[in-house]
Amino acid sequence: MMTTEEIKTAIEAAVPGAVVEIVLNPSPCAQHSLRLDHAHALAVAKFLRDDPSLQFDYLSNVTGVDWLDREGAEKVKVKKLVDGVEQEAEETIKHKVSGYLETVYHLFSTVQRTGPLVLRMKTINRSDQVNMPSVVPIWRSAEFQEREIFDLYGIKFTGHPDLRRLLMWDEFEDHPMRRDYVEPDDFEYEPTAHDAVLARANAHNAAAEKGAA
Amino acid sequence: MTIDKNAPGWNRPPVMEADGDAELLEVAMGPHHPSTHGVFRMDVALDGERVVKLKPVFGYLHRNHEKIGEGISYLASMPYTDRLDYFCSLTNNWAYALTVEKLMGLQVPERAEYIRVILAELTRIQNHASSIGFLMQEMGASGTPLMYAFREREKIVDLFEDLTGSRMMCNYMRFGGCRVDLTEAHLKRAREIVAHLPNFVDEYEALLTGNEILMARCQGVGIIKPELAINAGLSGPMLRCSGVNYDVRKVDRYGIYDRFNFRVPLGDHGDIYDRYMVRILEMRESVRILEQALHDIIPGPVQDPKTKSRGLRPKAGEVYGRIEAPKGELGFYLISDGSANPYRYRVRPPSLINLTILEDMCLGQNVADVVLIFGSVDIVLGEVDR
Repeated sequence: MMTTEEIKTAIEAAVPGAVVEIVLNPSPCAQHSLRLDHAHALAVAKFLRDDPSLQFDYLSNVTGVDWLDREGAEKVKVKKLVDGVEQEAEETIKHKVSGYLETVYHLFSTVQRTGPLVLRMKTINRSDQVNMPSVVPIWRSAEFQEREIFDLYGIKFTGHPDLRRLLMWDEFEDHPMRRDYVEPDDFEYEPTAHDAVLARANAHNAAAEKGAA
Repeated sequence: MTIDKNAPGWNRPPVMEADGDAELLEVAMGPHHPSTHGVFRMDVALDGERVVKLKPVFGYLHRNHEKIGEGISYLASMPYTDRLDYFCSLTNNWAYALTVEKLMGLQVPERAEYIRVILAELTRIQNHASSIGFLMQEMGASGTPLMYAFREREKIVDLFEDLTGSRMMCNYMRFGGCRVDLTEAHLKRAREIVAHLPNFVDEYEALLTGNEILMARCQGVGIIKPELAINAGLSGPMLRCSGVNYDVRKVDRYGIYDRFNFRVPLGDHGDIYDRYMVRILEMRESVRILEQALHDIIPGPVQDPKTKSRGLRPKAGEVYGRIEAPKGELGFYLISDGSANPYRYRVRPPSLINLTILEDMCLGQNVADVVLIFGSVDIVLGEVDR
């Protein structure tokens, strides 16, 4: 199998303008991944599927990951005046690293029996800009898996033919797999016709009492 | 980018309109339909007997297995993997153990590898025998084939019970090996079971393979084309019934599968009958693997005593590991951030992904065939809904 660097070079040669970034994986399995940009993702996916030297025709696994906002710390050397003498000191600057949602794709080739090739894409933030191109036009196997990610993580896949919730019920509003999801206390409570029936009964009773009086 | 309807994933039959003035009949098959093997619903639109639309509805058994996996330690997820595909808990254990071993670079002692192969192939045999039994049950062969299969399955799960303490929720494998060793008595019993298995498969085939009703109902029904099977990510017998030679045991050669001599059965037409035949032939190949493994198994430890299972903290990193489970490619994807719980714990469920093309297979077929097509996918809802 070609190495991740070679695949990156091949993608950049075949899809002009594609921004591909290697994400290193320090684990002993060394499954490094390629992060794609949204604009060229489908062209890259099509290239990976159709190129005769790669033939990644089998998209095995699609999944989401939630990365929360976190506080990053950076150590900077600053010059300070201490008792009139300039000295070098280390200072920690804290800054906010904004979180994002990520999708991870594991590709295999059934012809060349290579894989996994790991692709990833990330959204801009976790709140309002959570769109991502759907790869369903290239690999049908993403159809239910992207629906599951939409359901549990809230990533909106543009170009998905039937983007509905997969596991939770349609009226459910939150995204349970997000790291900051809090389970509601009244989890089982749903407004039912019961309230309307009670209101009608109360109105009826009030009218009946009035009539009796 | 719009969807190219001629692309491999989308060459589905055209959605049909009702003839003349006829109205479509909408039927909700399930969630409590006897053929759905649990709680699963198919919203079907019928024109007479013909299926013109079928939308699967999932989630009745959803308990967010993955979220729970992120909240507990690595080892604590092991018994919970039993509940995914509760027919094949040992292969679930293996897939999870293999993934964590890859994440940490753990070595597995040779005897433990043999034990894993023996248990996984026994699991495959009992799964395939039972799934065929259920399929026949749905076809109207009430009882007999299923009881034949369960008679054999009893012997296998009794062995599992003796070894692991539980018939179905085995919780047997550990990172870097197995929980307890197999004794000579277990091996003797396993050899007896395996010695009888070819007779059982012969008997099963004599009962079913040439049966006229089975052929009439299954041949040419629910066809999958190989291009679509690959594009839709099907795996296991569902992929191989259409003639795609892809078996993770052969491709990844995980564990010690490179030491055994076995073939990968393939189908020709991709219909229900081919799926049935692939499963029958896979049982025969599993018997071959078992005979070799039971002959070659060597003494030794089943786990390196220095392996620390409790309080496991893998270094930061991520991994995707997969095995050929009886239902298809079962994968786990883990991200470790160096703490005691996985940051991300993902299960790639073969049962769910094999259902991607359920509608494609059913369009234009009769409603009675939907039951058979669905049964031939071989799913377990514990894994579909997770």
